[in-house]
Amino acid sequence: MIGNSSTNRMPSYLEYQGKYTGIRAWILSTDHKRIALLYLYSQLFFFLAGLVMGLFMKLELIAPGQQLMGPATYNALFTVHGLTMIFLFIIPGLAASFGNFMIPIMIGAKDVAFPKLNLFSWYLFILGATIILVGIFTGDGPPDTGWTFYAPYSLKTNTNVVLTVFGAFVLGFSSILTGLNFIVTIHRMRSPGMGFFRMPLFIWSLYGTAWIQLLATPVVGITFLMVVADRVLHIGFFDPAQGGDPILYQHLFWIYSHPAVYIMILPAMGAITEIITTFSHRTVFGYKAIAMSSLAIAFVGYLVWGHHMFTSGMSETARLVFSFLTFLVAIPSAIKVFNWTATMYKGSISLEPPFWWAMAFIFIFMIGGLTGLILGSVSTDVHVHDTMFVVAHFHYIVFGGAGLAFFAALHYWYPKMFGKMYNKKVANRALLGLFIGFNVLYLPMFFLGFMGMPRRYYDYLPQFANLNLLSTIGSWILATSLIVVIVNLLRAKKGTPEEMDDPWGGRTLEWKIQSPPSLENFEEIPVIDHEPYDLIEK
Amino acid sequence: MEQNHVEHVDHFDPVASKLGMWLFIFTEILLFGGLFIVYSVYRYRHPVEFHLAAEELNVTIGLINTIILLISSMTVAMSISALQLGNKKFSLILIGTTILLAVIFLVNKYFEWGAKIHHDIYPGSDFLMSLSKGDMLFFGLYFFMTGLHAVHIIVGVVLLAVTYVKIKNGTVTQERYSLLENSGLYWHLVDLIWIFLFPLFYLIH
Repeated sequence: MIGNSSTNRMPSYLEYQGKYTGIRAWILSTDHKRIALLYLYSQLFFFLAGLVMGLFMKLELIAPGQQLMGPATYNALFTVHGLTMIFLFIIPGLAASFGNFMIPIMIGAKDVAFPKLNLFSWYLFILGATIILVGIFTGDGPPDTGWTFYAPYSLKTNTNVVLTVFGAFVLGFSSILTGLNFIVTIHRMRSPGMGFFRMPLFIWSLYGTAWIQLLATPVVGITFLMVVADRVLHIGFFDPAQGGDPILYQHLFWIYSHPAVYIMILPAMGAITEIITTFSHRTVFGYKAIAMSSLAIAFVGYLVWGHHMFTSGMSETARLVFSFLTFLVAIPSAIKVFNWTATMYKGSISLEPPFWWAMAFIFIFMIGGLTGLILGSVSTDVHVHDTMFVVAHFHYIVFGGAGLAFFAALHYWYPKMFGKMYNKKVANRALLGLFIGFNVLYLPMFFLGFMGMPRRYYDYLPQFANLNLLSTIGSWILATSLIVVIVNLLRAKKGTPEEMDDPWGGRTLEWKIQSPPSLENFEEIPVIDHEPYDLIEK
Repeated sequence: MEQNHVEHVDHFDPVASKLGMWLFIFTEILLFGGLFIVYSVYRYRHPVEFHLAAEELNVTIGLINTIILLISSMTVAMSISALQLGNKKFSLILIGTTILLAVIFLVNKYFEWGAKIHHDIYPGSDFLMSLSKGDMLFFGLYFFMTGLHAVHIIVGVVLLAVTYVKIKNGTVTQERYSLLENSGLYWHLVDLIWIFLFPLFYLIH
């Protein structure tokens, strides 16, 4: 092992004492691993908050008519649920937490290129979150526009749109700086011998993600500023009464927010690649194809935003072109799935919890992907546009895809990050519960949407009652399983260094150092003389 | 345990910090890019109103400000060369000049905006609301884009001021001048954006 044996262990990053103690040793630390944990904890906190809101929404929909809340509260709830889950949990996603932790380690560096900027990004993240929270609890109530802030309603509603939109702008700034930091880190900090095509595929996916963060986020940033200007200064960029064009808002919004879906899903795919390779105990199949498909998704992802607007008013040509480009995204996505399957073929698969999570990811992501084709084709989209079908598809991709991969990565790297191992049996059972709960919750929504139940209403016609009841029951199974997952992780037990340093037989660099890693990761910068997934004697 | 007190070794890579600055400049260009798209769409829809409204702007002040910014770009570039050649004092004078020119730019801007506001032309004013939609959009864009540009001028001035202090107390030196180089790059960006704003608002009649 590199610079590590059980006799010569350095204090871990969790233990070391810098010039600060207590909480300040964390919130003033520029160590990428501590910053990663700051992100991880804050993201999980927001995830649980969003989960509770989701549960209340499902409870309201348990039967036709008003159960818990009126329409105004329901509108605010789905808006804040979306804002929290999207901007505070899944856009920072795997990149901010696991990316921060793993990029330097996997490329053989001691930290990211700009450690202080990294900490500053986390502060901006918390600042943005705080502004959104203040926006929710002060003024004339939480926004009720949906997380998309579509004009002109976002200009007319009396709720507190200005603060929440501005908070989202600050979060965007944080995301840009993180992406910038990662790009420079990957370009400048790779250890000797680690060429671009010797990087683990998780790093490739984060590299693609970082470029999207950098190049797409500014567009939504300026769009949000224009909404603020419209509301505060009455400029009228998007207000038809002053000559503004609401459709233009939709274009500008989706130019970012569609690539944002790839900000969520690309790192997830990267983590799944690592997991499948490790537990198949084989070299990954089609390394270059997977690496390039990440960049291809990042690139094509820019050109498909119009498929969110098939019914908003666009020319027939534009709709056809956007539809065609949308179908193109299926190619690099499928390349990944086929390569994962090929990697498993004739592998010596060990059925550990992270592997099961990865399998659940592939299954759910496939349903999400295939239903995406229905939405990407113009004629079928018109039928299911703005129905529960869209809600189901979106949750299959973002929660079932990116969210599940987040927890898969957590189970995979948990021993590395904390030097502890959770109860594997409980982990497997909790995943089974979550898998069942997830499908019971969201699968009925496809049918509801197809039957014509619109989204974003607190009430529905009586013929939708049975499936909605089923869906609500699913939400309880899902939430219970998630609590088991988290409690099981929290109750993980310390293992011996021998067990924890490389519990899975991983081949990338992070498994060749101690668990938890020391402050500097590597006491000596490693020199790489082999391909990323080669089996080498330790 | 002595080992417990390890601190990060100060890592310094001028190529990395320059690469980071260039990436940040990309994002700034995209930020304004969003506004340029909005400008193009509305200009295309209201060509006559935009044409007439543009004649209301003061080309002279705009031209003076363009010249001021171009000169300031030159002085900041010279200050980098001066520091590289080891002439710290001259470099400081040049940075000071750049900051002074930036302030003059802002003062001009203040009078220009002031005159508009005096004539009751500002976003949301009763007079502007009584004009055509094209006029409202033109002046809305004018105030928003030049305003955002002015914010960038202020950020640039702060950056240059910090650099000035750091050169003076010896943190930024002949060998380690990344901060000055990056502040200079940022200042060129601010200049560049103005080079596009000036013809779009003042010159196209």
